[in-house]
Amino acid sequence: MKANPAAVLTGAHFLDGDQACCEGALAAGANFAAGYPITPSTEVVERFAARIPTVGGLFIQMEDELASSIAILGAAWAGKKVFTVTSGPGFSLMMEHIGLAAMTETPCVFVDVQRGGPSTGLPTLPGQADMMQARWGSHGDYETIALCPNSPQECFDLMIDAFNLAEQYRVPVLFMMDECVGHMTEKVVIPSADEIEIFPRRFTSLPPSKYKPFKPGPDGVPEMVKAGDGYRFHITGLTHDEQGYPAMTWRAQEKLVRRLVEKVRKNADKIVRYEEHDMEDADVVVVAYGITSRVALHALQMARGEGIRAGLLRPIVVWPFPEKRLRELAEKVKAFVVVEMNYGQMVYEVERCAGDKARTILVGHGGGTVHDPEQVLEVIREAAR
Amino acid sequence: MSTAPVIQEAINPVEPFLRTDRMPHIWCPGCGIGTTVNCFARALVDSKLDLDKVAIVSGIGCTGRVAGYLRLDSFHTTHGRAIPFATGLKLANPELTVVVYSGDGDLIAIGGNHFIHAARRNIDLTVICVNNFIYGMTGGQVAPTTPVGATATTTPYGCFERPFNLPFLAESSGAVYVARWTAFHVRHIARSMVEAFNKKGFSFIEIISPCPTLYQRRNKLGDGLDTMKIYKQKSVIKNGASTRDVDIAFGGEIVVGKFVDIERPTLHQTMDQQFRQVLKDRYAGTGGRG
Amino acid sequence: MPDSPASPSRARKFRGAVHIDWDRCKGCGFCIEFCPPKVLAFSESYNAHGYHPPYLTNEQGCTGCDLCGLYCPDFAIFGARIPVETADAEVAVREG
Repeated sequence: MKANPAAVLTGAHFLDGDQACCEGALAAGANFAAGYPITPSTEVVERFAARIPTVGGLFIQMEDELASSIAILGAAWAGKKVFTVTSGPGFSLMMEHIGLAAMTETPCVFVDVQRGGPSTGLPTLPGQADMMQARWGSHGDYETIALCPNSPQECFDLMIDAFNLAEQYRVPVLFMMDECVGHMTEKVVIPSADEIEIFPRRFTSLPPSKYKPFKPGPDGVPEMVKAGDGYRFHITGLTHDEQGYPAMTWRAQEKLVRRLVEKVRKNADKIVRYEEHDMEDADVVVVAYGITSRVALHALQMARGEGIRAGLLRPIVVWPFPEKRLRELAEKVKAFVVVEMNYGQMVYEVERCAGDKARTILVGHGGGTVHDPEQVLEVIREAAR
Repeated sequence: MSTAPVIQEAINPVEPFLRTDRMPHIWCPGCGIGTTVNCFARALVDSKLDLDKVAIVSGIGCTGRVAGYLRLDSFHTTHGRAIPFATGLKLANPELTVVVYSGDGDLIAIGGNHFIHAARRNIDLTVICVNNFIYGMTGGQVAPTTPVGATATTTPYGCFERPFNLPFLAESSGAVYVARWTAFHVRHIARSMVEAFNKKGFSFIEIISPCPTLYQRRNKLGDGLDTMKIYKQKSVIKNGASTRDVDIAFGGEIVVGKFVDIERPTLHQTMDQQFRQVLKDRYAGTGGRG
Repeated sequence: MPDSPASPSRARKFRGAVHIDWDRCKGCGFCIEFCPPKVLAFSESYNAHGYHPPYLTNEQGCTGCDLCGLYCPDFAIFGARIPVETADAEVAVREG
């Protein structure tokens, strides 16, 4: 289905990433958001609060991130398209309900505009140190989908993809921005509503007597309902059977949790997305995401200028990780240079895929500012030797 | 096996509300939660609500299991967070009658912050708090309602913290309807529930209930039946009493009744009014239907 | 002479009866304690879980008020008012 024209701010704009993220949510059909102020994410919901009453929908500032992250789930079960927005400390608080969303297969988007950490860290400065938390942050086994924009334009475009993925796979989708991308202002072109494709919520057409809330379809994803339609369904965070009733057995655990994990893993090929530069003859592959990918691209161009055969792989969907492509490249290249604004997170994924076929070198940085391209270039030179 | 005449066609009035495929429930002999569920069923019948539009949200704990046993759109959420979930549900579809049904530990300890804010906002919810003065499900730990001197597993030498007075907390946070009953007061509970369903705004009903396995046993207060008799004996109905005066001391008098019943604009009303006033015909509504 | 409320033809069109779900009962005793006419008592026999469910000690005394049902935390008993003829017929079948 197409986007709602009333929600789409068609045209060319000069927006920062936070603002573009809000517009992306609106264009995707988001009609309910709950949030709590936290730098550098607050502008997303401030703009949403200003825009949504004239579009049709609701924003509420809740008393904390715990309340925000579950209020959106309540709204989702009343049929709304929902999201919330936060940064590191709030992301940690929201973990509980990322888990609940995963367990109850509630479609929703959680935006994390990453800042320096740990703890209170650097509220106004960038970081990329929540990447592993995006994958493993809540307790227990589950899979999420995480996207990583590297420009305000992508903050718009990829938010629509995030909502579509959330509806398609009924998972909480994590939108991993960073303070740099969030606060940089660039041209953002918003197309007309009929150029925007929306994946509609997978409501069932079965009658209440036949419907089972957690009976999966062929792709491993069950059909959904909403409160008030007479289905008298039950949703619980406990391990449950297809009826949604608590089932405290290892068999129920195996059946349910395996499916939660596999619905993403088995569809990984359809979900994975990455972008490549100069890969045809590359000896060294630079791996970078988010704002760091733009610094890495600059370093790549400098390397090419020196005659080094380097390429760039930019994961756009970070989780599930583009394993297949990495393993493929590991057969051909000498080394991977992983550039990230942390002391080593996605590098472990790269290393895992590279195995002993290629070297993996980390160019880490604690955050607070972006990498110096010279620093990256030096490592590329060393890797190419 | 009963010597009474077998009633062929009649069914237990609570039966249509239960997920009979999940019976028997997990509550102990003499626990009062099931009693409150009968009152709830009675109240749903009496209020003539469209049951397809009633949603029930629970947290974690023994009372938290109520949602799972009721044949309504029901949500068993995380510990302490039933109220914000219910807030999202209600804001997204104001046509729903949303009931939060949970225990004292869940609603008032971990859920305390959400409780006071929901009352402050006057979101149209009915919150039923079954207060057994203890954390039952996890084995009998101290709760923010445990009276001074009572024993719990985490206060093995007696509780030394002053407990909350729940009606006072609810009223001072902004609740528009506040009542307290004990599990003995079955008809009053049902009546209060009907009033709360119909009341626009944050309605709070505290129901004092026995936890025979843990609270009563550890404090040598007898079993469920003994406790129900004590409730009958020690409770005094004071409708309209000041909530400041209804603290419960260990072994003391239990003041019950309807304490607060006032009118205040709900969150929806104030929100809507504000937007209309400022945005006029640019206001597109809060997207009332899903 | 017009029938007065106390005359036999007006009296007892309905009477109370209880239905007990023998295996659900957990013997808490609420129904017995709070039955207004006090016509319930613990049975001698017990169910599969070892609890003694109640029984109606005086069938004529039950008013079908369903206070037992309202109190029962296990949804194991309820009272109803049934027509006297139906009740008598059932008793006849049982005892006949």
